[in-house]
Amino acid sequence: MEQKEFTITAFSENHIGLLNRITIIFTRRHINIESLTVSGSSIPGIHKFTIVVRETQEKVEKVIKQIEKQVEVLKAFYHPEEEIIHQEIALYKVPTEKLLDSTDLEKTIREHNARILEVTKDYTVIEKTGHKEETSRLFEKLNNFGVLQFTRSGRIAITKLNKELLTDYLREADELKQEISIN
Amino acid sequence: MDNSIKVSSTTTSLNGNEKARSVKMTGADAVIHCLKNEDVNLVFGYPGGAIMPIYDSLHKYQDEVRHILTRHEQGAIHAAQGLARVTGKVGVVMATSGPGATNLITGIADAMIDSTPLVCVTGQVGSHLLGTDAFQETDVVGISMPVTKWNYQITSPEEIPDAFAKAFYIARSGRPGPVVLDITKNAQFAEFDYYYKPCKHIRSYLPSPKIDQTRIEEAVELINNAKKPLALVGQGVILGSAEQELLNFLEKTGIPAAWTLLGLSAMPTDHPNNVGMLGMHGNYGPNIKTNECDVLIAIGMRFDDRVTGALDKYAKQAKIIHLELDPAEINKNVYAHVPVLGNVKESLPMLTAKAQQKSYDAWFNEFKEADKIEFEKVIDREMHPVKEGLTMAETIDILNKKTGGDAIIVTDVGQHQMVASRYARFVKSRSNVTSGGLGTMGFALPAAIGAKLGQPDREVICVVGDGGLQMTIQELGTILQSEVGVKIVLLNNSFLGMVRQWQELFFDSRYAQTIMANPDFIKIAEGFGIKSKKVLHRPELSTAIDEMYAHKGAYFLEVVVEKEDNVFPMIPTGAAVSDILLGK
Repeated sequence: MEQKEFTITAFSENHIGLLNRITIIFTRRHINIESLTVSGSSIPGIHKFTIVVRETQEKVEKVIKQIEKQVEVLKAFYHPEEEIIHQEIALYKVPTEKLLDSTDLEKTIREHNARILEVTKDYTVIEKTGHKEETSRLFEKLNNFGVLQFTRSGRIAITKLNKELLTDYLREADELKQEISIN
Repeated sequence: MDNSIKVSSTTTSLNGNEKARSVKMTGADAVIHCLKNEDVNLVFGYPGGAIMPIYDSLHKYQDEVRHILTRHEQGAIHAAQGLARVTGKVGVVMATSGPGATNLITGIADAMIDSTPLVCVTGQVGSHLLGTDAFQETDVVGISMPVTKWNYQITSPEEIPDAFAKAFYIARSGRPGPVVLDITKNAQFAEFDYYYKPCKHIRSYLPSPKIDQTRIEEAVELINNAKKPLALVGQGVILGSAEQELLNFLEKTGIPAAWTLLGLSAMPTDHPNNVGMLGMHGNYGPNIKTNECDVLIAIGMRFDDRVTGALDKYAKQAKIIHLELDPAEINKNVYAHVPVLGNVKESLPMLTAKAQQKSYDAWFNEFKEADKIEFEKVIDREMHPVKEGLTMAETIDILNKKTGGDAIIVTDVGQHQMVASRYARFVKSRSNVTSGGLGTMGFALPAAIGAKLGQPDREVICVVGDGGLQMTIQELGTILQSEVGVKIVLLNNSFLGMVRQWQELFFDSRYAQTIMANPDFIKIAEGFGIKSKKVLHRPELSTAIDEMYAHKGAYFLEVVVEKEDNVFPMIPTGAAVSDILLGK
């Protein structure tokens, strides 16, 4: 089976050490994590992991089950590229004096839909959001001026579905709880 | 001073909020109260600096919670596993921080892979010292993460009741497993208002999935139309207490059933539907018939590589129905045409209700033919040897005959384990305790101690090799101190026999580090005050075993067996189940 890029999203309780429990599922199976982001979700108290891997679908399906097996994980999903809209953010620090010498700085910023966050006499910080290829392209361009620092975030992603996939699960979990308390 | 625990009586007489019903106590006392609330009256462990407050409380409440002092933390956890395996209860073990906790790891990994419910309580340095490389500080939560179902570090006493309630619930529910609670010393010392509320539900945790009716119908369809069906019985039947449900299913459908190593004793050995053991050293029939059946019904088993052999040649001709509680096991190793997620205690009766009454005489005859071949080529020679040296098989056979299959057999890892599993006969469930998934040498002796303390009225026989015995031989001291009446049968071939067998078969008989220079085991047993006997010759064996059973209390029987015997049948690594060998 062919390896493809998959975006895994997992929803969990906010439990200390859970990040470690999730990452060791990948390391144990010798799967490299390309990018990982953890943050609060739209539902209070519930955290969302977004993990990008290159793997076969079969292996990703097995990993999803292992993630869901963790006690504090509510639900995990995986998506191929076409099912999601995703974004990354990149920051570039460039020497200001080099930029001032440039003739096409305005064009570069404009063409790449980037923006300038801060200008000091020593450096200028530029921000761009986009896919990895897009932020890389700007890096190459700006590196003509000598990029002093560059950083890129992990991926965040949203599905093309109408609602959060987790809400159904949470409703079922609440119903189950009521069932248990009645019995 | 009255130290008895009265939490439940005081709580029921008071109504009002939890605060009003709570009792002021230290974290250490609360740990003991939590155990009482979970009906734990026996724990295993070893004290040390960071768990001293809890041991002080154990001393205070010693009439209510008995503590068994082992000689090593590994011994303590294997004992807790032994108790859990024979009783179905959660085993509890305690150890101090640092080396005490790391010594538990092998047992935790063993319990994880064999789905044994455990709560492991470890002491930890004071929370102000966490992360400072303090004396006997180790990151137990971090280390144990890959081998625990759940773990948690407690740094304040207020967390204790909820953490214990969750720990016991998680350990025993769903697919059971080990849980670690790491308690900092300050949390043990500090006082708080204790109130215990058992855990019944965790939002993010679904222990027993609802059974899908359409899957049941699909499975029934396959079962009713099968010509050569075969059922594979795993430990899931025992863990789900579904022994009777299994028999009802097999007896109505008439399907032959083979068991896995951990499925042993899930049904009686002599049951007419039982066709023997699967796997690398299992019986000839069930292994070759796996690749001839048309419908394979896996019941609470996980298609371990020791059962399946080469996966690309495993049951490719069959439609596979997989009855399983853990969703992660579905399609993990073997693709299931019909996965039936859920507890087998519920799914089996659903199948039985809809399945047709059938019988498969010709199909059973094929198993009998295979049995005949195995008997002629392997069993007869092992049971009735012509050579002078004793065999492991004849020893197990006599052990069995004299108990009528009523004993609990605890085995270690290696040749003796495979021989005992092949030849031991069972009439009752939860009578087989062995380290299956992890293959932990040194498991048997401490696990047998735990099994005997868990089932004091049953005969517990520890069958062990000379290699494995010496890995945890210090636990003879536990038998001495706590007067545990286990019968130890050492099958001594002065070799690491299974490794030697592989060296003979696959490494041109180069016996790299498998020859054992052994001590005088009888003197060692005597040193621990355990009655003992050594058997070298066939005529002495039977009376020696009689003597062992007649003796009240622990007994150590050393049987010197043939040095270079091999265990057959055998599926070589990477071969198909149908390519099982009956000899060299």
